Amino acid sequence: MKVLLFILQKEFRQIFRDKTILVMMLAVPTIQLIIMPLAANFDVKSVNIVFTDHDHSTYSQKLISKIGASGYFKMISVEASYKEALAFIEKNKADIILEIPAGFERNLVREGRQQLNVSIDAINGTKATIGGSYLQSIIADFNNNIDVNTKTVPGTAPVIDITSSNWFNIRAEYKFYMVPGILVLLLTMIGGFLTALNIVREKEIGTIEQINVTPIKKWQFILGKMIPFWVVGMIVFTIGLIIAFVVYGIVPKGSLLVLYPFAGCYLIAVLGFGLLISTYSNTQVQAMFIAFFFIMIFILMSGLFTSTDSMPYWARIMSNLTPVTHFIKVVRMIVLKGSGFADVKTELLYIALFAVGLNGWAIWNYRKTN
Amino acid sequence: MKQLLVFIKKEFYHVFRDRRTLLILFGLPVVQIVLFGYALTSEVKNIHMLIADNANDINSQQLIAKIQSSDYFVTEKAIAAYTAIESEFKKGSIKCALVLPPHFGDDLLHTGKAQVQIIADASDPNTAKTLIAYLTAIIGNYQQQLNVNNAPGYQIIPETRMLYNEEGNGSLNFVPGVIALIFMIVCTTLTSVSVVKEKEMGTMEILLVSPFKPIMVLVSKAVPYLVLSLLNLVLVLALSVFLLKVEIRGNIILLMLESTLFIVTCLSLGLLISNNTSSQQAAMLMSMMGMMLPTLLFTGFLFPLENMPKPLQVIANIVPARWYYLIVKAVMLKGLGFRYVWKETLILLGMTALLLTIALKKFKIRLS
Repeated sequence: MKVLLFILQKEFRQIFRDKTILVMMLAVPTIQLIIMPLAANFDVKSVNIVFTDHDHSTYSQKLISKIGASGYFKMISVEASYKEALAFIEKNKADIILEIPAGFERNLVREGRQQLNVSIDAINGTKATIGGSYLQSIIADFNNNIDVNTKTVPGTAPVIDITSSNWFNIRAEYKFYMVPGILVLLLTMIGGFLTALNIVREKEIGTIEQINVTPIKKWQFILGKMIPFWVVGMIVFTIGLIIAFVVYGIVPKGSLLVLYPFAGCYLIAVLGFGLLISTYSNTQVQAMFIAFFFIMIFILMSGLFTSTDSMPYWARIMSNLTPVTHFIKVVRMIVLKGSGFADVKTELLYIALFAVGLNGWAIWNYRKTN
Repeated sequence: MKQLLVFIKKEFYHVFRDRRTLLILFGLPVVQIVLFGYALTSEVKNIHMLIADNANDINSQQLIAKIQSSDYFVTEKAIAAYTAIESEFKKGSIKCALVLPPHFGDDLLHTGKAQVQIIADASDPNTAKTLIAYLTAIIGNYQQQLNVNNAPGYQIIPETRMLYNEEGNGSLNFVPGVIALIFMIVCTTLTSVSVVKEKEMGTMEILLVSPFKPIMVLVSKAVPYLVLSLLNLVLVLALSVFLLKVEIRGNIILLMLESTLFIVTCLSLGLLISNNTSSQQAAMLMSMMGMMLPTLLFTGFLFPLENMPKPLQVIANIVPARWYYLIVKAVMLKGLGFRYVWKETLILLGMTALLLTIALKKFKIRLS
């Protein structure tokens, strides 16, 4: 026990001595947590639309002004031909072209059916899907309206009135979704990168050999490396929650008593991961790159940016095998929805398993003789 | 000239010696392409939803059958109170709920009006929005079916064409982003680290006192990474063509030239960083933390730039990857010619010239 205290003293001194590392650990996450949710915004607010109206009729005008008034679309211009409209898409000035063919009104009144041409710039999938479905629902609505206007016996058609409500995030703001996720991301990077770099640095400088010849035991050395970063991680987590409250006004709806044990357990898992990387690499560049490689995959698979439900089956399994997935899920559930311990206890089991597994592997792989 | 070749050879030895880093250099694009291509999609599929069917009549069952037949939703049927729905949301087992009122069918047929409620878990706002749009469309469709039975209504049928991406290939948007990201890592990080490493080890002094011109030291450092990056580019392009079936519509030579320009920009940035730092750790943190996140965020391939607050949009303009991304998108995906990207090319050229001048000016022949 006394030995452990000495090692801890050494590690804390080393951390506090290097001012740049200290800044990296505390200031950088703070700045990132403030800036990133502002930048990471999937919210599709306005889709730019260009019209080509070959009909110039009352109905076509009505449809155009209905789309313009919906608030989802920004009318960029009305062009005479499809070709001119396409130029807007080529220059990235517009996302959708709506082409109203000649005879639109006539066909509609005579035959009751008419086609419209919608061309969507589909390179950006999200915008294409959301813009397309907005447009479709506006046109469907327009259909119903002309029904009402011209129908001989009004009111016979049954109407289903749809009300929709957004729970847990009434104004559907994307940053509420992002802030907890980014907090987890930062915690992962700090825990993973710093532990990995710290131990490899001792290897590269050669001081690890000095430690290896002392009577310090394996577990003492590893605990000595982990505890300081665990403390730093918890401080960063707390700062993150404070920033979420001060800057974004997010108050965790659930209990902090559920959130903190999770964070503690998760940090142990992440630190174990950093440790594992350090046992497999010889230089700092290597450690950094291996850590970067895995953290990149973790981030992409974790559902931070894209929903895990839409993934194919094999990817969902892979996603379940990354600790980040579970913690992001839990933090979002507790902070945004106010889920209680009973709702998230299986996730705790997952994270605990990761903590034990990763650390066990790392300790097993760390050999004092090298 | 012969000297330069010898030095370049030395640098190549350095690069090839570190097998693990090399493996990751080529492994990263492969993994990213596979993940973006097959695992990640911005579409919404397999959404678990709860239908509280309080009516349980013919009409409600018809509507439910219609929802079940779409592959967006995995439905679960229950007569549930709001509290039960809320606890399901809290458990995270459903993403949305549809509440059908009692007497749904009666209301619909006799009074001609029935209300349904969609409740979406908006803690994930985009999914919520898409879900509501899908459900609204399905219900609207059902309503129209009923209408057809009653009286023929007017129908405007939008015929949608997906430009540049007819099959709705979701990976299209990511390919240029991945390319830009890889270049940033390979060129900027590795170049800066490799120069700083010589400083840290003390071998820089030996290089500087040799009769070899100091500027040539930098050139020989940059060449291997230029070659590696071009190889990586070919790899990424081949993967996206053969694996992801992304078509290269434009002129491939133009694409290669523009890429080379961007690689040189990144290399200059790497050299500039190496001039300003003295330890590998600092160089790495600066190029990883300092460059990676801006590249990820401000390129516009993950998040649309026009949604960002104005100051961030201004910052985005000084990130080289943003311009390169525009070029690749135009040339590779839309098949446009040089006439559409000359402005972006000029900006990149200007940035490169500026970065290179500063880097060379600041390059010290004497170590402190």
